[in-house]
Amino acid sequence: MAAFVWLTIMTALRILGRNRLRAGLTMLGIVIGVAAVIAMVSIGEGAKRAVQAQIATMGTNVIIIFPGVTSASGVRGSQGSAVTLTVSDALELRKRIPLLTDTGWSRRDVMQIVYGNKNWNGPINGISPSYLTIRDWSFTSGGPFTQTDLDSAARVALLGQTIVENLFEPGEEPVGAVIRIKSVPFRVIGVLAPKGQSSQGSDQDDVIFIPFSTAERKVFGTSFIGSVGAMFGSTDQVEDLPQAVEQIREVLRARHRLQTEQNDDFTIRTQVDIGKVQEGTSETLTMMLFAIASVSLLVGGIGIMNILLVSVTERTREIGVRMAVGAKRHHIMMQFLIEAMTLSLVGGVLGIALGIAGAKLTTVIAGWPTIISADVIVVAFFFSLVVGLFFGLYPANKAARLNPIEALRYE
Amino acid sequence: MSPLIECEDVWKIYQVGDVEVQALRGLSLTIEQGEFVAIMGSSGSGKSTLMNILGCLDQPTKGCYRLNGIEVGGLRPDELAGIRNQQIGFVFQSFNLIPRTSALENAQLPLFYRGLSLKDQRTQAAAALGRVGLHGREDHYPTQLSGGQQQRVAIARALVTSPSLLLADEPTGNLDSQSSREIMGILEALNRDEGITIILVTHEVDVAAYAAREIVIQDGQILSDRRTKAHPPSSQVEVEI
Repeated sequence: MAAFVWLTIMTALRILGRNRLRAGLTMLGIVIGVAAVIAMVSIGEGAKRAVQAQIATMGTNVIIIFPGVTSASGVRGSQGSAVTLTVSDALELRKRIPLLTDTGWSRRDVMQIVYGNKNWNGPINGISPSYLTIRDWSFTSGGPFTQTDLDSAARVALLGQTIVENLFEPGEEPVGAVIRIKSVPFRVIGVLAPKGQSSQGSDQDDVIFIPFSTAERKVFGTSFIGSVGAMFGSTDQVEDLPQAVEQIREVLRARHRLQTEQNDDFTIRTQVDIGKVQEGTSETLTMMLFAIASVSLLVGGIGIMNILLVSVTERTREIGVRMAVGAKRHHIMMQFLIEAMTLSLVGGVLGIALGIAGAKLTTVIAGWPTIISADVIVVAFFFSLVVGLFFGLYPANKAARLNPIEALRYE
Repeated sequence: MSPLIECEDVWKIYQVGDVEVQALRGLSLTIEQGEFVAIMGSSGSGKSTLMNILGCLDQPTKGCYRLNGIEVGGLRPDELAGIRNQQIGFVFQSFNLIPRTSALENAQLPLFYRGLSLKDQRTQAAAALGRVGLHGREDHYPTQLSGGQQQRVAIARALVTSPSLLLADEPTGNLDSQSSREIMGILEALNRDEGITIILVTHEVDVAAYAAREIVIQDGQILSDRRTKAHPPSSQVEVEI
């Protein structure tokens, strides 16, 4: 049997070799289909990885809680417009929910920052020191402020890369410099490592962090002491996030004295939720790729079937001879199936090579990140095999069912 | 020992549209091991139908055909293929070699379907080519061989499985007289020296003259059946053994 299969493969290769142009054109459908899929999936994977990296810049297992919206005579304000979340909420959450490893809070406002003869309008974030650990901010120089700075409302600031680029000369050391925010002088004690774009596309490095208490008392001029723009929490394990969210909701609803029929006056989001939106996007992309792949493999398969039907007709007499000397139906069947699979497999392999080349070229020319995964190559290979098998079945069966007498007489 | 071929009241009826064609009408025939038989008849006489049935390419509509004691009627197509592979060698008028395939590989073909190892296939096919005088032409393609040589490759292909029956359907129909004589000489020698049973279908009298027995078919029945040479088949069998 092994000898039979081996010789049949050799015969199939020789027959295909005789009609190189025809075999090549037949394979083209599969080649293009597989190449398109490999290239697109590689580009898609690259994009997905980039998005995942962006989401990871949020921090690890982060939960974000926004205040609800104001509602005056039915007209609702924008999200976060209500002052429903306070510092004491955040402290209470940390006390009551052991799942939360830490909680932090922030409030932001866009203000003018001046250094020397340069100025910049950037978002000033008043934060608790824990915010920096939750969001995984690290430093290129200097370091974070402490609880003492918060308690004493110290005038210290941490600068994002974008701020540094806009206020300082290249090579100038910002740490130790004094900047002014709304004419209040602040000493720069740290420069943050860059995070790049957020998953929403905003520049995360265009930011200044100052102690929350300083912001509240000396910069923003808040009328409602203790109200925060957002609260942050984090858990040890990503699996703990849903439970933590439930517990946060319970605690906050109780503290805000909400009745059962009342809606939450806050919104809770987790990193997982945000990731899911992105996953949804890439799922759509995957479905589209699948559709493209199906269509091109279908077209390629039909091409193979077509050429095999021609081949069966051309070689009717040969089939008759083979039957006369003792070929059984499965022998004839195998011969044509192996020819079909050889066509589709060679097409598949060429397609894989072309697809990888295409993906690499995209990286070089357009600069898009591409990731060539072994999975997609295996799947493409397997699919081209299946296409050959499926579309070879009908012609092979047709050949195997020929009547030997009529086949021998065929002109 | 049973005869090689036993036909009893064999009928073959085709339905062509609304017309029923009786190609064979109650034909009975016995052929012993080692015989050299010529079957003659005009076109439409039913000799091709008879050949197809004897060669296990077709089955009788009615009646009984036994080859080496095996009832062929009622066998499935794959079983027929197995019998053809084991017992029968075919030589056709138009050679029917597989194009763009070497003489050796053409001669290997029946062994290929028998599932022999490639090495055995090659050795046996080369030996068969040697027997028909084509030693040294194993790698030639059909287009590189003359008509007579192509027919010899076909004979080698028929011989390679050591069949009990060699069926030659107008083997000289496409050959010039010189090649015809060579081919008939080979067939005659195979019958005489190796005791291979040969059934030859022809409409040429001088070709039929090589055979020891001449059967004439007309309208699906045997018109005449006579021995033209004293050729005791039984002694041939013993020689073969």
